[in-house]
Amino acid sequence: MEITMEKTLDQKVVVNTIEAIDTSKPSKIEVKDVNVWYGDFQAIKGIDMEIKPNTVTAFIGPSGCGKSTFLRLFNRMNDYIDSHRMEGKIKINGKNIYKKKVNVEELRKEIGMVFQKPNPFPKSIFENVAYGLKIQGIKDKKFIEERVEKALKQADLWEEVKDKLKKSALALSGGQQQRLCIARTLAVEPSIILMDEPTSALDPISTSKIENLIFELKKKYTIIIVTHNMQQASRISDYTAFFYIGELIEYGKTKKIFTNPEKKRTENYITGRFG
Amino acid sequence: MNSIQKNRLKDRLFMYWGMFSTLIGLVLLVVFIGDILIDGLGIIDWSFITNLPSRKAEKAGIYTALMGSIWILFLTAFIAIPVGVAAGVYLEEYSKKNWLSGILEINISNLAGVPSIIYGLLGLEVFVRIMNLGASVLAGSLTLSLLILPIIIVATREAIKAVPKSIQDASYALGASKWQTIWHQILPASGGGILTGVILALSRAVGETAPLIVVGALAYVPFAPDNPMDEFSVLPIQIFNWISRPQHGFIENAAAAIIILLGITFIMNGIAVYFRNKWQKKWK
Ligand SMILES: Nc1ncnc2c1ncn2[C@@H]1O[C@H](COP(=O)(O)OP(=O)(O)O)[C@@H](O)[C@H]1O
Ligand SMILES: [Mg+2]
Repeated sequence: MEITMEKTLDQKVVVNTIEAIDTSKPSKIEVKDVNVWYGDFQAIKGIDMEIKPNTVTAFIGPSGCGKSTFLRLFNRMNDYIDSHRMEGKIKINGKNIYKKKVNVEELRKEIGMVFQKPNPFPKSIFENVAYGLKIQGIKDKKFIEERVEKALKQADLWEEVKDKLKKSALALSGGQQQRLCIARTLAVEPSIILMDEPTSALDPISTSKIENLIFELKKKYTIIIVTHNMQQASRISDYTAFFYIGELIEYGKTKKIFTNPEKKRTENYITGRFG
Repeated sequence: MNSIQKNRLKDRLFMYWGMFSTLIGLVLLVVFIGDILIDGLGIIDWSFITNLPSRKAEKAGIYTALMGSIWILFLTAFIAIPVGVAAGVYLEEYSKKNWLSGILEINISNLAGVPSIIYGLLGLEVFVRIMNLGASVLAGSLTLSLLILPIIIVATREAIKAVPKSIQDASYALGASKWQTIWHQILPASGGGILTGVILALSRAVGETAPLIVVGALAYVPFAPDNPMDEFSVLPIQIFNWISRPQHGFIENAAAAIIILLGITFIMNGIAVYFRNKWQKKWK
């Protein structure tokens, strides 16, 4: 255990030398005047925002209003889209993640992501969770096994899969697959977790399992979740941001947004009058 | 006759025409293979495979040609697989999508359709003369590599395209680099498809005759090649040589050699089908 601890410390040292995020502190996110284009089409229009550490923030808004685009800015997943262009600053713990020097791979180890459709690798359950560690060059088998077990426990999946870790992840149910994807993200020990409608493809029971999980996770992580489900947003989030055609219309405490929104548009959307 | 009846009749006619066409193909194939089996099956024994070529039909064997084909097969695989797969990965994952890559793409697809003798001429000029490799196994393999490269490149790209984007997203989101994502996710997931393409391409290479004749493969070599610079013959050339002799004994030899060549390509195609099925199962 001593040795493995040292190993992780070493890795953090490496991380810090490459202009990355200081993970000893919880992560604060600041968005400053961010604009995004796909070709000529402007998908995000001048958004300013600050996200507090160890909270759950929900992004809501009608389809196509730019929630996913905005979310994917935080781990730079939009970098792969050829027509994508971004202006503005996104600072995580004070460091602009869009500066040239930033190592995107290191950034993504700090900022995990869970996608809309469960997307496990066509590998074993164990390999799925271990993947993030193995690509970091970690070879210590015992260390990896411990991390995998810990992550599966955190994702509330351990009891269901502990006897079939070598089996294909594709044999799991949709809800289990999504929890596996969460475990896979947790194994890398990020400080921020981005979730893009993580329960929209799941049944109600799997959904409530994942909601409970998010509740647990927020003690240690900063979570941003895109959701179409108003009840979900009000149940699990501390803060809610309402987007409409690329603009941030209203952002504040979830309680306030859902009981006493300032803008008419927000109210209409929440009460289901449009969207 | 009303229009419904007319349509029904057309339906019928088309069905019979289709059945007839299918049957023609099948019957011809069966007759051809049957004919060859009758002629050649009696000839095949261990000595036929291990004997050197000879002027006497009953003493002649395919050893040198078979070994030549095997040498060509492995050397071609050794050259063409790494280059073809790497090119496919590059085109699919690294090259920017612009007019240049568009032209490149169309050209590679077209190259797969260029007559093989053209590759032979290219090989003769570049490998045999300019690079001074002579009519060697290496020159032949390089020529066949050029011939099958487009097939491997196209197959690799198709296989990579079939890998779900969500898998790549997941890998990147965990902090994997592009190369790690290709190596750990994309290549394993597309491996079955790539392998299928590679095997089909190689089975084409084994059957090629024209480009090797142009490059200077011999109809008669006294010994099997034992290094890449040796001269060589291959099974299709041996078959061609035997068939053009007047004695009936050589016609039977040719039939037997055809059976062996067909056997090799059938086995290779079988392996390709096996991998494709295995790969599809994994994804469903
Ligand atoms: N890769 C892309 N290329 C071009 N336009 C895109 C792309 N991705 C999203 N868009 C457009 O940007 C807008 C916002 O999309 P998105 O962020 O996916 O919205 P949401 O997640 O809120 O439904 C939509 O109008 C969508 O059509
Ligand atoms: Mg979306």
